[in-house]
Amino acid sequence: MKKRYLIPALIILSFVSLFVGVSSISLMDLFDFQSEETQIFLISRLPRLVAILLAGAGMSMAGLIMQQLSRNKFVSPTTAGTLDATRLGILVSMLLFANASMIEKMAVAFAFALAGTFLFMQILNRIKFKDAIFIPLVGLMFGNILSSVTTFFAYRADVIQNMSAWLQGDFSMIMKGSYELLYISVPVFIVAYIYANRFTVAGMGEDFSKNLGLKYRSIVNIGLTLVALITATVVLTVGVIPFLGLIIPNIISIFKGDHLQKTLPHTAMLGAIFLLLCDILGRVLIFPYEISISLMVGVIGSFIFLFLLFRGRAYA
Amino acid sequence: MIQVRELTKFYGKKQVVGNVSVNIQRGQITSFIGPNGAGKSTLLSMVSRLLDADTGDVLIDQTNSKKMKSNDFSKRVSILKQSNYMNVRLTIRELVSFGRFPYSKGRLNDEDEKMVDQAIEYMNLKDMEDIYLDELSGGQRQRAFIAMVIAQDTDYVLLDEPLNNLDMKHSVQIMKILRRLVDELGKTVVIVLHDINFASVYSDRIVALKNGLVVKDGTTEEIIQSDSLKEIYDMDIPIQQMNNCRICVYFNS
Repeated sequence: MKKRYLIPALIILSFVSLFVGVSSISLMDLFDFQSEETQIFLISRLPRLVAILLAGAGMSMAGLIMQQLSRNKFVSPTTAGTLDATRLGILVSMLLFANASMIEKMAVAFAFALAGTFLFMQILNRIKFKDAIFIPLVGLMFGNILSSVTTFFAYRADVIQNMSAWLQGDFSMIMKGSYELLYISVPVFIVAYIYANRFTVAGMGEDFSKNLGLKYRSIVNIGLTLVALITATVVLTVGVIPFLGLIIPNIISIFKGDHLQKTLPHTAMLGAIFLLLCDILGRVLIFPYEISISLMVGVIGSFIFLFLLFRGRAYA
Repeated sequence: MIQVRELTKFYGKKQVVGNVSVNIQRGQITSFIGPNGAGKSTLLSMVSRLLDADTGDVLIDQTNSKKMKSNDFSKRVSILKQSNYMNVRLTIRELVSFGRFPYSKGRLNDEDEKMVDQAIEYMNLKDMEDIYLDELSGGQRQRAFIAMVIAQDTDYVLLDEPLNNLDMKHSVQIMKILRRLVDELGKTVVIVLHDINFASVYSDRIVALKNGLVVKDGTTEEIIQSDSLKEIYDMDIPIQQMNNCRICVYFNS
């Protein structure tokens, strides 16, 4: 898991991703700026690649921050109800503002993601029985409750079809003009990196943080805000990508430890690589059709997750 | 000197620490002893600002600790709690480097690196500095945390039951280290201890608590007496003098 393996892998896969698709594009086509190929490249392929990179890196980082702050390796946006809260937020924004703009949806989705994550952390604080496996189970139940509320109101309002667009992550609809919201995650990455050391200290517990003069509560709040921001942008533009925030940080943790300043870049890169790989496979396997990214990540991801579980809880 | 002034703490309606006043002298080991639930750990947590006291003040070298910024406070007083941080994978060196956090916020300069090196050397951890904490034994891990506190470079070092879950050999090792911190580095050490014999052999002063109140406060010679111990523990404990150590034989009393 060294950078010198991750960076070339990322570059090679990015190139592959750019040139895999129904219409074949060659490098030479791109020199003709007016050609149809160049148009496809700029309107569809490039945005898709950028979206995958940002979403992959973002969801992995969100998972890493959550795991560190909750001190539990099985907590992630998938297993803490963050994704479900975000979807509920999107529904609410659709019901409240008939033609909600992207920014309005974003604001409401972010607020719900944040509230959902804080609620989960509150539940965590109240639970006496802190078993490593028990906590994500509580999170999954919490998420399912939110999810059923969403489904209920979506059904009543007859927007189930619209909602399912956010249920399944999908990069095939990503085009110029529909993914730019994801750029919000770039400043979020930078802030996360600046706070990496503080997150690591906070991950050692409240007493430990206070001993080192760290304002524990505010660091946790900042971390969860970053997580909610990333999750809301990804769900709104791409849809739900399960497991990513769970598997990637765990793999990096096994090889590189939990010193966030050292592991954040690796986590972001591996997340992008993994998502790229899943996306390319999904596009190639039943060519010219596509397998949705959430299905690909779900299948491959759950195998890796099971592997991590069986590997023993030494690192969990 | 740490001056504890009339500290009180309630958990709900139960008073766990009641109107406690003690002075902790510089350059000494002071042990807090007493039966379970006496309020020793709560008192230590309040002195170290992990817990807010309901009433009362703590003065650190004449300055009220409430008036100190948390970052400044963490350069003066450090605390190690007995909890386990085992699910975080950090190497010894990474952990010790975090001792410099109050000074550098994680961006270590040469001075910080030097302090980290010294702390690791001092605790004889140089050859294992790149090993992850979750791969260490209990004694090694405890030494790593003490190395972190050395790097934190505070005058006052507070430890809450540092011998928990350690075997005899490692317990003795840790106590000898704490003694050296006081004798060689001039630190002031405050420990919560369960084993009164460790308190007897290694500390300069002993503060005995019971039901949230200070029942005895004095030099080790004054406290390790059968009649004092009777008052603290409700046990008849004979005391044997061995090689300048006063050993409490409480096993069959």
